[in-house]
Amino acid sequence: MFTRIFQQLFKNLFSNVATNPFPAVHMPPSLTDALSNPDAIKPPIPVGERFRGKLRYDRAKCIGCKLCMRVCPANATDFVPEEKKIIIHNDKCCFCAQCTEICPVKCLTMSGEFAMSSYDRKGNITKDSGAAVAGA
Amino acid sequence: MSTTYKVPIGPVHVGLKEPVTAWLTLDGERIMDAKLRLGAIHRGIEFMARERNPIQVIYLSERICGICSFSHVLAFIRAIEDLSAIKVPPRGQYIRSLVLELERIHSHILWSGVACYSIGFDSAFHLGMEMRERVMDLLELLTGNRVNYGVATFGGVRWDITPEFAKATRDMIKFYRREFTPFRDIVMEDPIAQARMRGVGVLTKEEAVRYSAVGPVARASGLRVDLRKSSPYEAYSDMPVEPVVPQDYFGAAHGDVLDRFAVRVLEVYQSLDLLEKILDGLPDGPFVAETNLNKVLASLKKAEGVGWGIIEAPRGDDTHIVSLKGGEDNVLWWKVRAPTYASAVSWPLMFRGNELADAPLIINSLDPCVSCMERTLTTNAHGDSNIITKQELIKRCREKTDTLRARGGETR
Repeated sequence: MFTRIFQQLFKNLFSNVATNPFPAVHMPPSLTDALSNPDAIKPPIPVGERFRGKLRYDRAKCIGCKLCMRVCPANATDFVPEEKKIIIHNDKCCFCAQCTEICPVKCLTMSGEFAMSSYDRKGNITKDSGAAVAGA
Repeated sequence: MSTTYKVPIGPVHVGLKEPVTAWLTLDGERIMDAKLRLGAIHRGIEFMARERNPIQVIYLSERICGICSFSHVLAFIRAIEDLSAIKVPPRGQYIRSLVLELERIHSHILWSGVACYSIGFDSAFHLGMEMRERVMDLLELLTGNRVNYGVATFGGVRWDITPEFAKATRDMIKFYRREFTPFRDIVMEDPIAQARMRGVGVLTKEEAVRYSAVGPVARASGLRVDLRKSSPYEAYSDMPVEPVVPQDYFGAAHGDVLDRFAVRVLEVYQSLDLLEKILDGLPDGPFVAETNLNKVLASLKKAEGVGWGIIEAPRGDDTHIVSLKGGEDNVLWWKVRAPTYASAVSWPLMFRGNELADAPLIINSLDPCVSCMERTLTTNAHGDSNIITKQELIKRCREKTDTLRARGGETR
C-alpha cells in the first residue's frame, strides 16, 4: 500500500540530519568523565541574541538597594547585611531577567552560559563575576 | 453472565504526557464506565502567589503550564490590568497576539504529533516534531527562550519586534503553508489513521453544551465557540476570527478524535493567516506603557479590587481572577480556571462504548494539560475560606504540647 508517508520518507533519505547531538555524538562509557573534559564536548548550537543565561553580577558596582530582591520571582537573591551586597543562588534562578531591568546601576546582566548543572549547591552561588565584558 | 473488571490507566503511563488516573470499568474489551482521579500533580501555585507581588507572579503563572505558558501569563496580566486600569499601547497588543498565535501553532503541532504517536504512527510523530522546531526557533528569536518566554509585562511586552524577526516570521508562514500540508495529508488521508480515529471518543453537540466543553473539543463537536470572535481582546478586535468547525470543511461534525485532529490542524492554518494580518497591521509607537518597574510596583500597591482576564488559549478559554488589596504588595487571592479543567467534565463520556486500546488516544484527544487542571479551592462547610497557614499550624502544634505539659503528660 503506497500512502503519502512514503513520499515523505523518500524525501527524508536525502535531507540533512536535523539535530545536533549534544554533549557527545555517541553515548560515552562514563558521562561524568566526558563532561569533566571540556575538549571532548561537541560544541552546542550558539544561543540567540536575546538568550537569558547565567546571571553576571558586578559586585563593585552594586549599591545594595535590594530592588532585585523585590522582583525576583524565585527568591534567588539573598542579601548579605554585613557587606550590603547580594549573592545569587543560580540553582533557584528562573532566568526572567527582571532583576537586570530594575537594577538602577545595571550591575546585573545576563550571560549566554547555560550548561551549569551541578551536584554542588553551595558552589553554584554567584558572589562576584567582575565587570561585564561585552559579548560575554 | 457478565463480569466487569476495573482497570486503572495511569497515573504514570506510557501513553500519557502527564500524571492522571482513569479508572475504567470493562466488560471484556469494551469500556462501560470511566472515572477520572486527579490530584497527582497539584503544586499549590495560587497559594505561593500570596507571598509574591504581581510582578513576581507573572513568572509564577508562566510555570502553570509549559506549553500554553503565554496564555496563562496573558490572562493573569489582563486580570491585573482590568483592576488597575493600566492601558496597553496598540503595538504591545499586536505583539501579544502575535506570541499567542505562535504559541497556538506550536501547541497544536505538538499535539498532532503526539496523537500520531499514541496510535503508533511514529513516522508522522517525528515529522510533527520536526515541523514544530521552526516555530520554536522563532519564539527563541523573539524572546530568547523556547518555552516560558517571559515576554509579557504589565502594560505591554518586554521586547519589541525587530525587522529580522518580522522577516523570519514571514518565512515561517511560507514554510508552514508549504510543508505542513504534507503532514496533514499524511495523517488525514491515511486509511489506517482514519479507521483508528473516526468514531472514537465521540462527544455529541448536546453533551458538549451540557458539560461545558471548551476550545477545540467543543469546536470538534460542532459548536461555534471562540473567544477571539465572541469577546475579542488585544489585536483580535481588528481582525475577524471565524471559529474552525468541522461541518464547514467536511459537511458534518462527528465530535470524534479525527474531528479534534482536523480542528487543531486547520487552526494552524488560521493562525498563519492571523500572523500575516498582525504583521501587516503592526502599528508604530511604544510597545509598553511604563518601563520603570518601580513605578509599576508602586501603582499596583495602590490598586484595589477584583480583576478578570479571559482569553482563548490553545486548549480553550483560560480564566484568571485576581484580587489585590490597597496598601499591600502581595496578591490577595488568585483563581485560575484552566481550559482542561472545563473540558475534563466531559472526559468520562468520551470513553463509553470504546475499546480499552483506545483509552490513551481518548485521554490525549482532549490535549490535556493536567498541570493546568489541578487547582484547588479551600473552603469550609459554609462555603467561605478557612485556611490554616504553616505558622498557625506550628503554633497549634506547640500549644498542644504546652497543654499536655500543663496536665502533666496525660492525654485527657
